[in-house]
Amino acid sequence: MREKSGDSLLFTHYLKISMLLEMRNIVKSFGGVAVLKGACLCVNGGEVHALVGENGAGKSTLMKILTGIIPQDSGGIYWQGQPVRFNTPRESQRHGISMIFQELNLASHLSVGENIFLGNEPLKYSAIGVIDRKSLVRQAQTLIQMHNFPLQAEAIVRNLSPAQKQIVEICRALASASKLVIMDEPTSSLSDKEARELFRAIGQLKQRGVAVIYISHRLEELYQVGDRITIMRDGETVYTGDMRETRVDEIIRYMVGRELRQFFPKEEVSVGEESLRVEGLCRKGVLNDISFTLRRGEIVGIAGLVGAGRTELAQAIFGIDSIDSGKIFIDGKERAINSPRDAIAAGLALVTEDRKSTGLALTLSVNHNITLASLSRIASLGRLNLRREQSISKSFVEKLEIKTSSIHKKVFQLSGGNQQKTILAKWLFAQARIFLFDEPTRGIDVGTKVEVFRLMIDLAKQGASILMISSDLPELLGMCDRILVMKDGRITKELIASHTDQEEVLRYATVGA
Amino acid sequence: MQRSERRLPDESRDGQILVSGLTVAVQESAPGKAKLRDLIENLLPFLSLIILFIALCLLSPYFFTVKNLSSVARQTAVINIIALGMTLIMVSGGIDLSVGAMLAFCGIIGTMCLQAGLPVVVSILIAVLVGMGWGAINGLITTKLKITPFIATLGTLGVIRGLTLIISNGMPVVNVPKSFGYLGDGTLLGVIPVPVLLLVALALLVHYILKYTRLGRYAYAIGSNMDAARYAGINIGGYMVAIYALAGAMTGLAGMIESSRLMTGQPTAGEGYELKVIAAVVIGGGSLKGGEGTVLGTIIGAFIMSLLSNGSNLLGISPFFQQVLIGSVIILAVALDEYRRRRLL
Repeated sequence: MREKSGDSLLFTHYLKISMLLEMRNIVKSFGGVAVLKGACLCVNGGEVHALVGENGAGKSTLMKILTGIIPQDSGGIYWQGQPVRFNTPRESQRHGISMIFQELNLASHLSVGENIFLGNEPLKYSAIGVIDRKSLVRQAQTLIQMHNFPLQAEAIVRNLSPAQKQIVEICRALASASKLVIMDEPTSSLSDKEARELFRAIGQLKQRGVAVIYISHRLEELYQVGDRITIMRDGETVYTGDMRETRVDEIIRYMVGRELRQFFPKEEVSVGEESLRVEGLCRKGVLNDISFTLRRGEIVGIAGLVGAGRTELAQAIFGIDSIDSGKIFIDGKERAINSPRDAIAAGLALVTEDRKSTGLALTLSVNHNITLASLSRIASLGRLNLRREQSISKSFVEKLEIKTSSIHKKVFQLSGGNQQKTILAKWLFAQARIFLFDEPTRGIDVGTKVEVFRLMIDLAKQGASILMISSDLPELLGMCDRILVMKDGRITKELIASHTDQEEVLRYATVGA
Repeated sequence: MQRSERRLPDESRDGQILVSGLTVAVQESAPGKAKLRDLIENLLPFLSLIILFIALCLLSPYFFTVKNLSSVARQTAVINIIALGMTLIMVSGGIDLSVGAMLAFCGIIGTMCLQAGLPVVVSILIAVLVGMGWGAINGLITTKLKITPFIATLGTLGVIRGLTLIISNGMPVVNVPKSFGYLGDGTLLGVIPVPVLLLVALALLVHYILKYTRLGRYAYAIGSNMDAARYAGINIGGYMVAIYALAGAMTGLAGMIESSRLMTGQPTAGEGYELKVIAAVVIGGGSLKGGEGTVLGTIIGAFIMSLLSNGSNLLGISPFFQQVLIGSVIILAVALDEYRRRRLL
């Protein structure tokens, strides 16, 4: 990876004759509240420009202005030295700017080739718009082969891995002759190996002289892909500099505006009795003879690549997926868990990876989400005690410091971190004692991450048991007592977090025993 | 163009912060104005109903008469009672296209019971239970066979309508006792029509269910996000069947009210009612996507539609044009609602 970017770095310098994009003193406010207060961003041709900042710093707003989705109040955009103003996404696209959003926008039932040329299909009889399928497949194949991407032009997008889908988006940018590609958290759903594939594809973009604005919360990967970095805080640009000359602690300091000395607030918690024991859990083709124990006050991590069966394990324990064989013991007693209801009754809670699709009823209020899993606790004779419900929700909002103007606010209006806390409140109210966290910090900014970690530690201190699935190895090493490494549906190794390192975990995750 | 617009990151994380900042901002900068606007928007369906009412009072001397109003109320009651059940269903993200057919089926069964000499109350009860049974079947088909409710109930619409014609041999059931007429045409204390009384009682019941019971809360949760509801330990299948069954029971009662008004069981009764019912829910703020809808909204929606049709009749507007009018109102109402929702996002 590094060697390749070395080549392209030279190439980048060669191209640096003129600035590709300059956004100068961009100001934008919504209803009187300034979201951007003079943000600046300069991107050179053919460079990967990292853009970081906490949630709410204004990155997305700045990108929306750049892509013509919303207009700025004041400030100028200069494209290749010329002042421009993009009123619609179409206009910015015509100038060669394309954006790849987190929630990928591919037509999943169409093929890779069809997606690459969507809206831009090669035509046979152009007057009536008949698509030249042969040429489409041929062009797509050429494009894929030229860059040596792990894709097939005729594969259906639905069947691709998340990384491959990202690469399809990159192909689309290449095919439309983009000069600037904006990537928003492209690796958030990728395993390390897939991320490397993606970085290689980004390298290809660079070599073609395409610039990339790369938004990510994963600071370590910025050093792998980024050439320069711009840091935003509270709607302003607070730092722009060379990636290699910027240290991680500097980035964090600029982002949060304060020193984050203790990133992982890990504390020694005395470990108590066994609370969860899994024996010989099998689910055909997914989980293979999984056995482990979890004790009170303990945080056990599950490491592994995407597809190793980590999420599937959590879902099997929680009764969402049925198991073929194996036993689950709660507090030493065997429990049959055939549905989430059984699991909740047994004291389990699952904080899922995807808050929006499985964690929250987004159009319901904070109040109603908190009590959703345990309405029986506020019901008497079938009637819900709404007053009691509200006071309970209020106390959770205060205790967990959920930032919301009212408990009646709909959950979709909250930020990611506060949504995560709402989910936690739901499980706390359900009196859960064993928490299964699936990627609890995905897409959450640094500051909120620490808060989530702190909540986990607090839970452990109060005697809860935590099983934590994460793709972020430093996070696992920093938070867990033990780490179970999974590969192909098996646990290949159990490691003591304080006696291991990233390399060892990765080795068991990739090679196995 | 389309591609780029599809990419609007409505749900991107920063977007949310920005948005929550936005709504807070609106409230902080001009609390009075924003609140007033919210209030007006929330009351919009109600205001439209009032304006419509006043306009009709001014335009037609026949409108504000006891006879006319009680006839409007009676007409609306049938649609409205079904719409109460449909509100429950649509809040939970479902839909029931078979209600019109169900109404006829229950009406036929009930009147046949009367014809066979069963007491009025027992016959009504049987019709209600039959409706409940059909509702449960709809619920089971959607949850057990995993067929989307639109298709499932499109199927049962055909089945139920066909069975109604088979049972009745396509002929109306006519021999019903005079006392049966009280259900549809009777009044309490000489003024309040019985169907309206039933409507009010059922509206209060459904409102209570939606607000104060687990069934209601779960209906909103299932309609808002079925997976999240499942992960929260809610027995989705069971609750969906209960919701459809409850709605079916109300449709059964509506079928008997309709039969009582006509003093016959008509195998072709209720044709096209499903659309009127869905329109009432939607005009009242319900969403086909689920998670939204209220009893009051639905009642207002139903009355707006019946006033439009009654008013058109009184003002001599051709029934052909009425359809155009009501169709346009539906589109307008939903467009306004969608606009409001988008602004909130």
